[in-house]
Amino acid sequence: MAQIYEILITAFLVISGVFGFVGSYGLIKLDNPMSRLHAPTKATTLGVGGVLIASILYTLMSEGRLSMHELLITLFLLLTAPITANFIAKMHIHRHETPESLPKVGEDQSWATLAPEKHKPEAE
Amino acid sequence: MIAIAIQFASACFGIGLLLNLWVMARTGTPGDKVLALDTMVINAIALMVLYGLSHGTAVYFEAVIIIAMFGFVSTVAYARFKLRGNIIE
Repeated sequence: MAQIYEILITAFLVISGVFGFVGSYGLIKLDNPMSRLHAPTKATTLGVGGVLIASILYTLMSEGRLSMHELLITLFLLLTAPITANFIAKMHIHRHETPESLPKVGEDQSWATLAPEKHKPEAE
Repeated sequence: MIAIAIQFASACFGIGLLLNLWVMARTGTPGDKVLALDTMVINAIALMVLYGLSHGTAVYFEAVIIIAMFGFVSTVAYARFKLRGNIIE
């Protein structure tokens, strides 16, 4: 049984290491800013996720209990990663793109982040 | 076997950290720098979890949770500052 745990932990650690490296390397290698946004998300989900699964399995193997700290970290990382990506993409649209250079939108008039503000909230 | 895998993963994340530092310091548009900062936080989190794994202690997980929280806040603040010129309006 311990042998199976060891093989699983090793596999998860190696996979996470490879994905963590690929995520950081893609940040240098890819040539388009929006493509570069794509690479580090692999480092977040698969890289850190693999390390945390390996850590859960290690605690299960050595102490025989399920550790919940890792789930907290996973929850927090997976909740905040899309918000960060959204901020960075919006920053790119506002700084480097014009309404003409962006792709066409389907039904609406323009991109939501570029639309003029119609109503301001009163109490601010 | 696990010790070798931990060393391999630590090396991968360490090299990734250096690559991010290169993007931060030398190349890249302002958006890339924010992205590199975010990825640096993630790589540091992975390195700290691996360090706790290799020493067999759970103390580092509390520190990792705090770093994850502040990493998110700092990335949002940096992106906000680059976009609007100030952070709290």
